[in-house]
Amino acid sequence: MAQGVCVITEFRGGAFRRVSFEVASEGRRLADALGEPLTAIALGDGVAAAAAVLGHYGVEKVYAVDQALLKDYLAETYAPAAAEILKTLQPRVVLSAASVDGKDLSARLAARLGAGLAQDCTALKIEGGALRAQRPVYAGKAYAWYEWADGATPQMASCRPNVMACLPPDPSRSAVVETPAVTLPAAAKCRVLSVEAAAGKVDLAEAQTIVSGGRGMKGPENFAILEELAQLLGGAVGASRATVDAGWRPHSDQVGQTGKVVTPTLYIACGISGAIQHLAGMGSSKFIVAVNKDPEAPIFSKADYGVVEDLFQFVPALIEELKKLKAAC
Amino acid sequence: MLKQVPDTETVIKIGPDGKSIATSDIKWVINPYDEYAVEAALRLKDSQGANVTLLSLGPQRAVESIRSALAMGADQGILVDDPATEGSDALGKARVLAAALKQLPFDLIVCGHRAVDDDENQVGIMVAELLDIPHLALAVALEVADGRVRVERPIEGAKLKLEAPLPALVTLGGAHAVWNPRYASLPGIMKAKKKPLEIKKLADLELPPEQVGAAAARVRVASLELPVPRQAGVLVPGDTAGKARELVRLLHEEAKVI
Repeated sequence: MAQGVCVITEFRGGAFRRVSFEVASEGRRLADALGEPLTAIALGDGVAAAAAVLGHYGVEKVYAVDQALLKDYLAETYAPAAAEILKTLQPRVVLSAASVDGKDLSARLAARLGAGLAQDCTALKIEGGALRAQRPVYAGKAYAWYEWADGATPQMASCRPNVMACLPPDPSRSAVVETPAVTLPAAAKCRVLSVEAAAGKVDLAEAQTIVSGGRGMKGPENFAILEELAQLLGGAVGASRATVDAGWRPHSDQVGQTGKVVTPTLYIACGISGAIQHLAGMGSSKFIVAVNKDPEAPIFSKADYGVVEDLFQFVPALIEELKKLKAAC
Repeated sequence: MLKQVPDTETVIKIGPDGKSIATSDIKWVINPYDEYAVEAALRLKDSQGANVTLLSLGPQRAVESIRSALAMGADQGILVDDPATEGSDALGKARVLAAALKQLPFDLIVCGHRAVDDDENQVGIMVAELLDIPHLALAVALEVADGRVRVERPIEGAKLKLEAPLPALVTLGGAHAVWNPRYASLPGIMKAKKKPLEIKKLADLELPPEQVGAAAARVRVASLELPVPRQAGVLVPGDTAGKARELVRLLHEEAKVI
């Protein structure tokens, strides 16, 4: 009989990624609701020595597979390792991160285990001893609640970064780390040829603050003021599709239905009128500020704070005020 | 592989069953990420002489999307349209597509990393798993040489270059500006009408019917709702400097986000 909650963590560059702590925290809440244990699977090169920290977020036991072959994420090495542990463990619920690699691994595992998977979930709950998962569809124009067929375990869900609240870490709690023997392929067929780090750049999907620019920016050179504003706020710069299509900004900055769907704490839209696809992609941000000189712009319907101003006058003034606040704190 | 989805301009309304969208007045288009995949395949056809087959899972109206992609330059299309597949979850859909692919010769499968309707983010990956071939995700650049496929793929905070031996499956990421899918030419549209388009049933795929459809689904939508409308916000008052001062105060003291 399937029992317990198991979280699949993500370990890169010698450390767990923050989203793994969010997923572990959510796993703790679900395990408490079920009255069942919380375990974790940790795969990576050097992961075993680091794994006890998951206990700070409520994980009781970690199954760690620590091998050089697992240095970079590759489905062909990660999927068989995680699947073997899951087949023995038989958890009721499996949670993972809806990151680039996490979504790939989750779908591979679901196909391998014949399980049902809901990706990129924004809320999870236990109802009648079973998982219910909420996730945005149509890029957030609607929200669906998912349920699993009777007896269909594991119930798998990946969690959107930045959404599940992290428990305050409790350093007095430590997880038991086990290192089960699993069978891995001798060598991977896929190869990572190069990894080029985007130095100092906060990723849009995981940024707490996003400053976005639209057609109202008038040209690529004017994004410098948004870069400065984003840097002051420790955030990332996003863009509307119009500016990406015009070649002003890289495609990786595009926010919207065919781009990144983002959930930052603060989203500042500058010179963005608010096409339906853009509003879908950023509409679930916690606080939205819109700066636009057209008071009729649709973006104001989504904004908590609207500023009807010429952004070229307003953004420099905002930067000055933020600097004053920083100096005072 | 391509899926037909509502145009991204569509205003979503909930249907009478409370689990799906109202489909009247919807303009159906090729999923944008799948359209990038068609473009990527056609570039391989242009540069290396590849033969491009389109594969989609019904309903019947998806024929229009297959014809559109044939007009862009693909060679032939297959639509699996069988009522028994209705209500399938992502794994059920992947089983149908994988079964159809097993009957085709292929070196490379390309499709979008997600469809912009239910955003499931898993069907393509599951097809790779069921066929036991490598999957390279979220490609923003793709090349094929010497029996290997190479892609570039952004991950959080970094960019990777990956390669895998063929056969392989690549899911496409990026944006319209990266792939710039071509428009169908008038001669292309005329030719598309004569290109082979085969409709297949589950029985043609040698797939046991109990593996697909609503009865086989492990996960399903229980309810669908529109997002809670955001409460009307405030317009920040004052002159330019005053608005800046007031906004910083609101974000700091009221929203407590800076």
